[in-house]
Amino acid sequence: MIEVNNINKSFGDLHVLKNLSTVFEKGKINQIIGRSGSGKTVFLKSLVGLHEIDSGSILYDGRDFSKMNFKSRKEIRKEIGMVFQGGALFDSATVAENVMFPLDMFTEMSFKEKKERVDFCLKRVGILESNNLFPSEISGGMQKRVAIARAISLNPKYLFCDEPNSGLDPKTAILIDNLIKEITYEYNITTVINTHDMNSIMEIGDNIIFIYQGENIWEGSKNNIFNSDNELLNDFVFASELYKKIKLIQI
Amino acid sequence: MRIFFHVGRYFSLLGRVIARPERPNIFFSNIAKEIDVIGINSIGIVVIISFFMGAVITLQTALNFDNPLIPKTLIGYAAKESVVLEFSSTIVGLILAGKVGSHIASEIGSMRVTEQIDAMEIMGVNSSSHLIFPKIIAAVVINPFLTIISMFIGILGGYLITVATGVFSPVDYLTGIHMFPNDFYIFYGLIKAMVFGFIITSVPAYHGYFVSGGALEVGRASTKAVVYSCILILLFNLLLTDILLT
Repeated sequence: MIEVNNINKSFGDLHVLKNLSTVFEKGKINQIIGRSGSGKTVFLKSLVGLHEIDSGSILYDGRDFSKMNFKSRKEIRKEIGMVFQGGALFDSATVAENVMFPLDMFTEMSFKEKKERVDFCLKRVGILESNNLFPSEISGGMQKRVAIARAISLNPKYLFCDEPNSGLDPKTAILIDNLIKEITYEYNITTVINTHDMNSIMEIGDNIIFIYQGENIWEGSKNNIFNSDNELLNDFVFASELYKKIKLIQI
Repeated sequence: MRIFFHVGRYFSLLGRVIARPERPNIFFSNIAKEIDVIGINSIGIVVIISFFMGAVITLQTALNFDNPLIPKTLIGYAAKESVVLEFSSTIVGLILAGKVGSHIASEIGSMRVTEQIDAMEIMGVNSSSHLIFPKIIAAVVINPFLTIISMFIGILGGYLITVATGVFSPVDYLTGIHMFPNDFYIFYGLIKAMVFGFIITSVPAYHGYFVSGGALEVGRASTKAVVYSCILILLFNLLLTDILLT
């Protein structure tokens, strides 16, 4: 579980996150939604320590991550897996080497054990046959899958995904969503996903947080979205004609 | 005032770079890879430049030493001293600042803009040390070897130009090369090479590491890295000459 208590983050005069509080529960898919520029990415990067927050606290199962130094954070970071928007795979390494990198850095496994773990993770995301290819030789969807394989290689307790479906066709996006869902439930991970993708919200979101201008203005499940009278949320979620119709049908 | 910001951030980055490696075996394997990229892959250009540099220095010295009272052997001596003291270390440093410096800045800059560095940080890896330290060690180790190669090829270039053009006797050139040997001059050239090796890796790495934006900014960082590396090489060349030779 990750508890976020009244965090604030500014860049110069720009106050991006304003007293933001929420709880991301274990074994659930927590989704952060909001318009572009609402502070979602800053929030996600603050959660994992890529941005230092100005005030407030972030507790990983009771451990105050925001007060820790680089060395102390390292222990928590070993428990974190992250899937970046563009995959963030190492260009100069093959698919297998990318997945093996965290194992090389943080485990005492033998090469054989590491190889077995890499094969297991790649098999789990369905791209074992691509293990010797470089990231530039595989498709965007496959890159996302490799990023997921790398993120789960150390059996993380917390999985963060920054727009995992961006740039993917609808079918591949569903595959990625289902993969994240299966992994979350299978390993009882606290998963936090930053997304714009309405299909993803409706399909896999257990707990949804709507951020508007750096504030958490709505929180609930995907079913609550249809009954919400929050205008800002409705404007965002039901912006397209299709979703307006879906809402009418649901109601 | 921006210069103080950059100097402070550069030294702060160096503080993180020079850290105990998390995995010594990976660290040494990365050093070997960087020696290949920075050093072995630069031998060709160093040989070509040094050959022509030695030939031109010898030719120009010969054409300027036309006084019959000056022994022709001094041409070889002057060419040797020029190559050993100045040209091999400094010119090789400047050439590598362009070749290696732009490569390092764009490599690390691309990793920054594509979030590969963020991915390392989130895993708990000290990305600055993991990416930059092996490059610095590799350059500091391999640059003196490149300089020795450059010295040898430069002197050889001077010899071959005397044979090819007959501007003066190759025997006089060889006699001049052996005149007044001073080992310290070679040592001085190698010290400069080590310092320049540090500059041509750490300065571009700094520019690449703090890139923000996209491909355009990576290109700009790469250009800045080369310009600042060259300026620092010239500045340290002056300082080291003043400290070591006067």
